[in-house]
Amino acid sequence: MTADVSRPDRARRIRVLVAKPGLDGHDRGAKVMARAFRDAGFEVIYTGLFQTPEMIASAAVQEDVDVVGLSILSGAHLALFPPIMTALRDVGRHDALVVAGGTIPKEDIPAVEELGIAAVFGPGTPLHEAVAFIRERAPTREDVP
Amino acid sequence: MSLSARVLDGDRRALARLLTHIENDDELGHAALDLLYPHTGRAHLVGVTGPPGAGKSTLVNELIRAYRERRSNIAVVAVDPSSPLTGGATLGDRIRMTEWHVDPDVFIRSMASRRHGGGLAETTLAVSYALDAAGFDPVIVETVGTGQDEVAIADLALTTILVQVPGLGDSVQTLKAGVLEIGDILVVTKADRPEAGELARDLVRLKTLNPGQRPAWDPPVLKTSATRREGIGAVIEAIDQHRAWLADSGELDRRRRRIATTEIAARVQAELRRRADADDDSCLNTLVEHVIARDLTPYRAAERFLGTLPV
Ligand SMILES: Nc1nc2c(ncn2[C@@H]2O[C@H](COP(=O)(O)OP(=O)(O)O)[C@@H](O)[C@H]2O)c(=O)[nH]1
Ligand SMILES: [Mg+2]
Repeated sequence: MTADVSRPDRARRIRVLVAKPGLDGHDRGAKVMARAFRDAGFEVIYTGLFQTPEMIASAAVQEDVDVVGLSILSGAHLALFPPIMTALRDVGRHDALVVAGGTIPKEDIPAVEELGIAAVFGPGTPLHEAVAFIRERAPTREDVP
Repeated sequence: MSLSARVLDGDRRALARLLTHIENDDELGHAALDLLYPHTGRAHLVGVTGPPGAGKSTLVNELIRAYRERRSNIAVVAVDPSSPLTGGATLGDRIRMTEWHVDPDVFIRSMASRRHGGGLAETTLAVSYALDAAGFDPVIVETVGTGQDEVAIADLALTTILVQVPGLGDSVQTLKAGVLEIGDILVVTKADRPEAGELARDLVRLKTLNPGQRPAWDPPVLKTSATRREGIGAVIEAIDQHRAWLADSGELDRRRRRIATTEIAARVQAELRRRADADDDSCLNTLVEHVIARDLTPYRAAERFLGTLPV
């Protein structure tokens, strides 16, 4: 059932929310990300453009994703990421692995990671690296019926 | 607190987590369903099916709006096919429903078809039970229909909306035999397009030629335009009427029996396949060996297998 033989503890598919926050109307980066994740065997929920932090958090709850991928091209990452992380925490989804892609300059990466974003995949990052990172780091969870 | 108790308590996070367990077909999901199942049976399950790009998600978005206007809590399960090669999937139906993402009384869940390969997942109905127990009514299931899959959803839903769209070649000629009959409500989307009227007329004609086995229900042919926000009220009304007709005519009981039978049979079949794939020395695989060796017909093997089961 699972394609992930390296992690026998997870007999489930990795679910990823790919969200495009902010006001710029370009979702090419998000779509490239979504396609790479699908080809890696992940189930990708794509929510489209102009997502507010609350919309992202609510989709992360309902879809019960393991990973939230944020794609940003506008350069507004330092303004957009903090409210998203707050919204995820407010709905109890700070357990999700949050990664970011897009045009994020190197010097901003420490500040972004400080927010709890696990990795930043800049324009030069090969997508298989992002895939490998998610496979390695996607959280596992325990529940009681 | 247990997952099922939290679901009954209205905890959306717990509900979403439970849906993951149900999708993964794991024991925790089954155990939680044992506890939740007595709380189901209240929701009306509506299937929305039709070809890709027909406007199903857009229609569902308008249905959500109409149900919210009457203060119903509504859940949507949107199923899209998994890639048979990688097992991955892109689930994009939420794009058409973003305005409800922060409404606490709307719950939208995307599902990949997984092993099932077609328009439905093996666990879609079980997912709808959890949403039912959580108090959502109606529960709408959107599936892509490309031939046989429409029939699959019609076997599980109480009301099936078959969506057809103008401009797909020579209109209803492209409908496969038997597909039209599964629609309790026939909807022509994108009615703002010029060919919509002709498609609707063709559907009425075709429906009259093939009345199917529907006893007293005459499926209406309705036109909707999401861009003009037209025709949605009539669809909601038709769902209400169909729901009332199901209850009044006794058809509801018949459908519930059929759904239960379909679900048990599907489960047994899936379990048999899993056991056969397990390649162990179970009774099933012993019988398989005999059938391959040609000393037992598949018919007799099935008889013997069923004979091993307690009744
Ligand atoms: N003109 C027109 N376009 C529509 C209408 N409803 C949906 N669409 C468009 O059809 C495309 C596919 O819609 P979608 O709801 O995703 O279809 P689905 O694949 O059947 O779920 C989108 O570009 C929609 O904007 C309609 O009523 N009129
Ligand atoms: Mg759709």
